[in-house]
Amino acid sequence: MGHAEKKRCDMTDRREANNSSAGQVDHPDPKIKVRELTIHYGKVRVLNNLSLDIQKNEILSVIGPANSGKTSFLRSLNRLNDFEPNIRMSGSILLDGRNIYKDLDAEGLRKRVGMIFALPIPLPRSIHDNITYGPRLAGDHDKSALDQLVEDSLKAAYLWDEVKDRLRSSALKLSGGQQQRLCIARTLALKPEVILFDEPCSGLDPISTAKVEESMMELKKNHTIVLVTNNTKQAARVGTRTAFFLMGDLVEIDSTEKIFTAPADSRTNDYIIGRFG
Amino acid sequence: MKNEVVKEKIGFGVLLLATLLVVIPVLLIIWLILSKGWSALSWEFLFTMPRDGMRAGGIFPAIVGTFYLVIASIAFSLPIGVLAAIYLSEYAADNLLTRIINLAIINLAGVSSVVFGLFGLSLFVIFLKFGVSIISGALTLGIMTLPVIITTTREALRAVPKSYREVSLSLGASRWQTIRHSVLPFALPGILTGAILSIGRVAGETAPILFTVAAFYLPKLPHSLSDQVMALPYHLYIVTTQIPYIPENFRFGTALVLVGLVLIMNITAVIIRSKYRKRK
Ligand SMILES: Nc1ncnc2c1ncn2[C@@H]1O[C@H](COP(=O)(O)OP(=O)(O)OP(=O)(O)O)[C@@H](O)[C@H]1O
Ligand SMILES: [Mg+2]
Repeated sequence: MGHAEKKRCDMTDRREANNSSAGQVDHPDPKIKVRELTIHYGKVRVLNNLSLDIQKNEILSVIGPANSGKTSFLRSLNRLNDFEPNIRMSGSILLDGRNIYKDLDAEGLRKRVGMIFALPIPLPRSIHDNITYGPRLAGDHDKSALDQLVEDSLKAAYLWDEVKDRLRSSALKLSGGQQQRLCIARTLALKPEVILFDEPCSGLDPISTAKVEESMMELKKNHTIVLVTNNTKQAARVGTRTAFFLMGDLVEIDSTEKIFTAPADSRTNDYIIGRFG
Repeated sequence: MKNEVVKEKIGFGVLLLATLLVVIPVLLIIWLILSKGWSALSWEFLFTMPRDGMRAGGIFPAIVGTFYLVIASIAFSLPIGVLAAIYLSEYAADNLLTRIINLAIINLAGVSSVVFGLFGLSLFVIFLKFGVSIISGALTLGIMTLPVIITTTREALRAVPKSYREVSLSLGASRWQTIRHSVLPFALPGILTGAILSIGRVAGETAPILFTVAAFYLPKLPHSLSDQVMALPYHLYIVTTQIPYIPENFRFGTALVLVGLVLIMNITAVIIRSKYRKRK
C-alpha cells in the first residue's frame, strides 16, 4: 500500500516538473540541460537554437518528420558528432551541470550516455564478447564479474532466457529483434545514466517492438531516456514527455498527454494526425 | 523480343571471349614452363650450389636469396604500409597535405622498377653505406611495394562499415581502441591480400635488385643482412642471356621454381587469410 502511494507521489512530482519546463522555466535539477544548441553541416543548418531540459527518470520522446534534425540532436548528446568533418556546433549541453564538450572527456561521457542505433549492429563476435566489449576496453578483466555482468545485462534487456545457452556463439545468428535487445544489453553493461534510442524499433516486428518498449519502461526507473522515433504511437505509448521537431526547430515540448490531446501549436497537431511527414 | 535474346547471346559471347583471352595466355605460360622445365627438377637442382659456370649443379642460393628478399622486404613494408594507411584513412584530416601524400602514393605505384633500383643504389648502397646487400635490396623492394600495401590496406579499412566504428565509440572505446578491436580485425583479410600481391611482385622483379643486392654468381649462402645474394629472376636472366651452351631445361626449370615459390608463399598467405575470415 505504502509503496503504491509513494509511486503516485512521484508521478505528481514529475507532472509539476513537466509543466514548469513546458513553460521554459528551469527545473531545479535536470539531468541534461541543452541551451541554444545550433548545428550546421557545412552551410546547412540542421538544428536551430534548441533549448530544452531532460529530467531524471523520464522518457523524452522526440518526434518529427524526416530531416528535422532528430538524429543530429541525439548524436550531439554523446558527442558522436565529433567525428563529422564539416560540422559546426554552438550552444551548450550540460550533464548534471557540467558542460559535456568542455568539462568531460568524450570516452567517459559515452560510458555515461549510452546509445542504441536504428538498426541493431552487433559486432561480429560472440554474444558474450559483444556485451563485455565496453567494460573490457575500460580495463575490466575479472572473469566472474564479467560473466555476472553479462547475465544481469541480458536479463535487464529481456534476452537472457533466449540466449543463456549460447553465449559463446556469434551474435550475428540472432534474429533482428534479439539483436536489438542484445544492443540494449551491451549498452546497459556500461551502467549508463542516460540512454539514447534512435528509432530503435524501425526495423522490428510488433512483438519485438513490444519487448523493446517493455524494457524501456523498466529502464526508466533507473535511467534517463531519450527516444527518437518516427512512430508517433510509440511516443504516445512510452513517452513521459514528447518534443516535436520540425526542420531543425523545436516546435513544442510538453507532457505526452498534452502533445497528443491538446497541442499548443497547430503544426504539431498536423503532424500527429498525419497531415505531413 | 527475339532481337533482345540474340543481342544478349552476342554480348555473352564477347564476355566469354574476353575471359578466354585472359585465361589462355596464363595456361600457355604454365604449360610452357612445366613442359620444358619439369625435367630439370631434381634434388640436386633445388638444393645444391651451381657448378661449371652455372651450367650444372643447382640453383639453391638463388632460391634462398629470393626467399630472404621476400621475407625481409615484406617485414619492412607491411608494418610501415599498414600504419601509414591507418593514419591516412582513420586520422588524417582531408586537407591539402593529405591530398598531396595521396597523389604521391599513386604516382609511386606508377614509377618503373628500374628507377627504384637506381634510387636504392644511390640511397641505400652509396649514401647510407649499406653496400650491395640484402638490406639494401629488401628496402628498395619494400619501398616499391609500399603503394600497393597502402592502397589495399586503405580499401580494406574503408570496407569496414562505419557503423562498427560508431558502435565501438558509443561503448566508450577510444579511437585507437576502436581501430584496434573493431576495424583492423575485419580489415585483416584485405590487408593480407595486399601482402600477397606484393610477394609476387617482390619475388619476380629484377631491376630493383640489380644494383642493390643481386650477385651474378655466388655459390654460398648469406650469413647476414649485409651479404649479397643470388636471386631467381636475375639468375633466370643470366642463364637465359649471358651463358651460352646451357641446357634449356635449366632456364625453364629456374622459371618453374620462381613461379612455384611465389605460388607457395601466396597459398600460405591465402590460408592465413581464410583463417581470419572464418574467425569473423
Ligand atoms: N554527416 C552529415 N553531413 C551532412 N549532412 C548531414 C549529416 N547528417 C545529417 N545531415 C543532414 O542533416 C539533416 C538532418 O538530419 P537528421 O539525421 O538529424 O534528421 P532526422 O530527423 O534524424 O531524420 P530521419 O527521421 O530521416 O532519421 C538532413 O538534411 C541530413 O541530410
Ligand atoms: Mg534519424
